[in-house]
Amino acid sequence: MTHVATETTQLLAQATDATPDVMAIPDGTVVTEGGDVVHSAAAPYDAAADAGGLSFYPLDQFIVRPIFGPGGVFDPASPVPEIHWYTPTNVTLWLALAVLSITLLFVVGSRGRATIPSRTQSIGELFYGFTYKMVEDICGKEGLRYFPYVMTLFMFILFANFLGLLPMSFATTSHIAVTGVLGFGVFAGITVLGFVLNGPKFLKLFWMTEAPLMLRPIIAVIELISYFVRPVSHSVRLAGNITAGHAVMKVFATFGAIAVVSPVSVLAITAIYGLEVLVCAIQAYVFAILTCVYLKDALHPAH
Amino acid sequence: MEGDIASMGQFLGAGLAAVGTGLAALGVGNVAATYLAGALRNPSAAASQTATLFIGLAFAEALGIFSFLIALLLMFAA
Repeated sequence: MTHVATETTQLLAQATDATPDVMAIPDGTVVTEGGDVVHSAAAPYDAAADAGGLSFYPLDQFIVRPIFGPGGVFDPASPVPEIHWYTPTNVTLWLALAVLSITLLFVVGSRGRATIPSRTQSIGELFYGFTYKMVEDICGKEGLRYFPYVMTLFMFILFANFLGLLPMSFATTSHIAVTGVLGFGVFAGITVLGFVLNGPKFLKLFWMTEAPLMLRPIIAVIELISYFVRPVSHSVRLAGNITAGHAVMKVFATFGAIAVVSPVSVLAITAIYGLEVLVCAIQAYVFAILTCVYLKDALHPAH
Repeated sequence: MEGDIASMGQFLGAGLAAVGTGLAALGVGNVAATYLAGALRNPSAAASQTATLFIGLAFAEALGIFSFLIALLLMFAA
């Protein structure tokens, strides 16, 4: 160890000699005698692996890989190749599966349109009734025009979340690229809708007539900021919840490698998995209900 | 112990950001506790307020998720 340390110091000394005005360790990379990198800023967990402990890679499950070819889903050891817009990736696969399951439930499952519904049809009717009541309760009767949009968002997020919970699957909603499109889509759609329905009166949303006149400009600035933070929080909430839940499960799975704590670890994963099922449903519900709340603002901007 | 002061700052910052998620947990707990207290006093009004409960939970939780995001950015993107 002393020898390695000396070697490192020499390497560092050489580096410092070569570029005297740069910091000794520009990117935190430390090289051992054998030349392998034991710690670099790009992969901080390598240091833990070197210390003889466990190696945690809780976020590796979110890497977007092509389905086929080297570095793909079936070859995770290789580095991820360049991904083009037409490359079928694991995100494509699981998003397509979510759409497919919803189609199966609502188109194939409810094909009979029976007065006494079959089991599959009752599940579909349950979702439909639940979302319909939610939109009606929050937005009122005139909000029901936009019910299909809320229903689509709710079902899509719910199915994407649940499919992501399957072992060895891919949680598509953990990516801000996916949730951001949904969140900013809601934001853009509702802003346009607000101006189309109310014209310039939509700006009354930011002008609180209940507040004293002196305070109104300040409140307007705060309201404006909170309005533009909406799409960010809307999408980051969903992605963050799913990412955090899956990462926690992975961390506990890593603890399973230690024989002493592995039974506790398995129990903990089971419990957290149960919690995650709940979180997946709640986050889809929260996304849909917040869409309704924002929609209500566009329909009735005056408070 | 090897490394440099930038990595130390990175890890310290990530750890401090993780404190924020704990504080958001207090907020979420407070929302749920207050709802339960209100619901037990007036159970007939409880069902109509579950939507408000979830909206409150979502807002309280979003801030915790933001600090979790900062921790992740510090660990893997900084």
